[in-house]
Amino acid sequence: MHRTGELFGQFETLEQQKESAQLGMWVFLVTEVLFFGGLFLTYAVNRHLYFAAFGISGNMLDLRYGATNTVVLIASSFTMAMSVWAAQTSRKKLLPICLILTLLLGGVFLGIKYIEYKQKFDHHLIPGHSFDLTYHVNHPQPGDDPKELAAEREEIENAARHEDPFQPENGLIALNAHSQLYFSLYFGMTGLHALHMVVGAGLLIWVIRESLKGRFSAAYNTPIEIVGLYWHFVDVVWIYLFALLYLINRHAV
Amino acid sequence: MSATLTSPELKLPRDHYLNATYGIRSWLLTTDHKRIALLYLISVTFFFFIGGIFATLIRIHLLTPSGALVSPETYNKLFTMHGVAMIFFFLIPSIPAILGNFLIPIMIGAKDLAFPKINLLSWYIYVVGGCFVLYSFSTGGLDTGWTFYTPLSSVYSNSAVTPAVIGIFINGFSSILTGLNFIVTVHTMRAPGMTWFRLPLFVWAHYATSLVMILGTPVVAITLLLAGLERMFHLGFFNPAMGGDPILFQHLFWFYSHPAVYIMILPSMGVISEIIPTFARKPIFGYHFIAGSSIAIAVIGFLVWAHHMFVTGESTYAALTFSFLSYLVAIPSAVKVFNWTATLYKGSISWDAPMLYALGFIGLFTIGGLTGLFLACLGLDIHIHDTYFVIAHFHYIMVGGAVMGYVGGIHFWWPKITGKLYPEVLSRVAAVTLFVGFNLTFFPQFILGYLGMPRRYHSYPPEFQVLNVLSTAGASVLALGYLLPMIYLTWSMRYGKVAGPNPWPATGLEWKTDSPPPTENFHVTPQVDWEPYDYNNRPDLGLAAGQPLAPAHGDD
Repeated sequence: MHRTGELFGQFETLEQQKESAQLGMWVFLVTEVLFFGGLFLTYAVNRHLYFAAFGISGNMLDLRYGATNTVVLIASSFTMAMSVWAAQTSRKKLLPICLILTLLLGGVFLGIKYIEYKQKFDHHLIPGHSFDLTYHVNHPQPGDDPKELAAEREEIENAARHEDPFQPENGLIALNAHSQLYFSLYFGMTGLHALHMVVGAGLLIWVIRESLKGRFSAAYNTPIEIVGLYWHFVDVVWIYLFALLYLINRHAV
Repeated sequence: MSATLTSPELKLPRDHYLNATYGIRSWLLTTDHKRIALLYLISVTFFFFIGGIFATLIRIHLLTPSGALVSPETYNKLFTMHGVAMIFFFLIPSIPAILGNFLIPIMIGAKDLAFPKINLLSWYIYVVGGCFVLYSFSTGGLDTGWTFYTPLSSVYSNSAVTPAVIGIFINGFSSILTGLNFIVTVHTMRAPGMTWFRLPLFVWAHYATSLVMILGTPVVAITLLLAGLERMFHLGFFNPAMGGDPILFQHLFWFYSHPAVYIMILPSMGVISEIIPTFARKPIFGYHFIAGSSIAIAVIGFLVWAHHMFVTGESTYAALTFSFLSYLVAIPSAVKVFNWTATLYKGSISWDAPMLYALGFIGLFTIGGLTGLFLACLGLDIHIHDTYFVIAHFHYIMVGGAVMGYVGGIHFWWPKITGKLYPEVLSRVAAVTLFVGFNLTFFPQFILGYLGMPRRYHSYPPEFQVLNVLSTAGASVLALGYLLPMIYLTWSMRYGKVAGPNPWPATGLEWKTDSPPPTENFHVTPQVDWEPYDYNNRPDLGLAAGQPLAPAHGDD
């Protein structure tokens, strides 16, 4: 099918084309909900089964990075919405600026994610042979607060007791095994999310290039809208991830 | 009596989608839904052969009680690979990707699907997924069963699980994109006057199927991804030794795989809803009920998955709930069978090949469906779970139902797709051969299962040999029933009589355009102002205007 102007040959009108694109993106997002849903279900089941291990493991995530990322993504959703408005009101100079801001904020998010992942690696929290929940408390770095480390050590011992009250040394082994489940899910869920953000970044680069050519206006702005839909979805997934991974079981020790 | 209307002066149209452009690039880079349908026809048929070869080896092996053909480990691989090839690469894509792709735009009066490039992408994704699975098959095979239960699949199996799981994961996106395309197309691309309740029931069936595809497939994708990651990185989601839960895998797996069986049967039911009115020369009985029952099957089908898990130790209350819901899901299917039968009543029946397949479908699907109710009964399931009774049940639905609908549909629309007719007598002989061979293969398996022969076993007690030999004998007749159409349909492409636009004749928008259709499907965008299946009012088709062939049966 050939294209005349912006109208693809299988469609009769631009209106039909726009409706199809929007419905198509919504249907795709529904499939993404089901896709992430399987992971969320697995997480929920395991959190219920191993609440002690999941509690302590969640506390090992840095709340500051998580909260910053949440603010960053919400801001990027704002700039994305601004882009859609700019396109709809033919503000052809504002549009690429807002899109580029969105991309930059997405980059900040991924950068902070990298820092977090690196920290997990340094603390031996990557599932596998070297996984050791107690590595951080047993190998303090200069700059670590000794009071915080002592509190963490106590939490680990509490959690290990929950695993096996009668044989605490077994408890630590079980705690390590169940914490590995947590971190497998953590990396699986945030990794899949990050992958979706990279795809979103690719889509943003595409629409930035097209918008710099002045292609979008009130008459035609469908790609901006549907990239916006996708980006907002990725943002919403992060809100759920932040709440479920970072915020549960945060209380004063 | 044959119903075809041909006349000597029929000629193929000068320009149509097959000769519009030439060369391999014009096929591999096409965005024409009709050409993509043919690309799928080739690849899906290839996987049907692969699955069929494994089936042949299984049946030959089971000729003797001790199983002399292959070792027990190899036998495990045979039934696994048969299932994986047939389910994921033949049954699920077959009707939607071939007949659905070809017909849906024409049936709704559109020039193509909403997203033609995504359509082509879905075929390439299918091919890539298929390559991974073929790689798995040829480098050690798979021995986990098509259900990939953990921790066998994720920890202990020594077969090529990882590439297979990757291949099925990739292939899932082909399904998802096809479903997405169909849903958007039906919503936004209908011709003027084509309201929802003027849509052919084939389109309703594919809409319902697409709902299942988009909602269910992502779940099996993430499940297989988790199992694959578990295998590759020694994680512990489903491994009890690491705190994981194998039953969690089963819940996640069956949450898709049960709706998957509705992906396999709903399109076939859509085909039957097209064939029966044509060869009974009557409007279909209960159009709204058939349309609604397709949606009902899709919805209720998501609520019954744990009937595959009655013996896993699930609570009695859960089992009761799933059993009850499984009985409930049978009701819309029964509604369809009743409506098709009512359509036949006082109709003017013709016995062309598509009709023979459709009639066979009604009988065999009924048996398969009723035996599904046996399995949904808790007490009975304890006895027949994991026996040949289950195998017979699902083959009655999948082969007696889905495949008969598929082959019948290929025959029904072959003249539209190729512009040619196939040899009439031979096609009826083939249809009967398939029916006879099928029943001879699978009916003994009901008895075997009830007598206690377990499934997935490489050997069996000697007293079961007679029934197994009958089954294998039937399989050879069944194979003939498959081979005959492959031969004469291919023959007809070159030597068949020219069909003309409407050989049967049938109502339906696809029969108003050329055979084969032009690339843009219609020379002029149709304006629809008639009801579907209006066999009572088509003088142009030789059907008396205003004088119904049968007394009006309050439709709708």
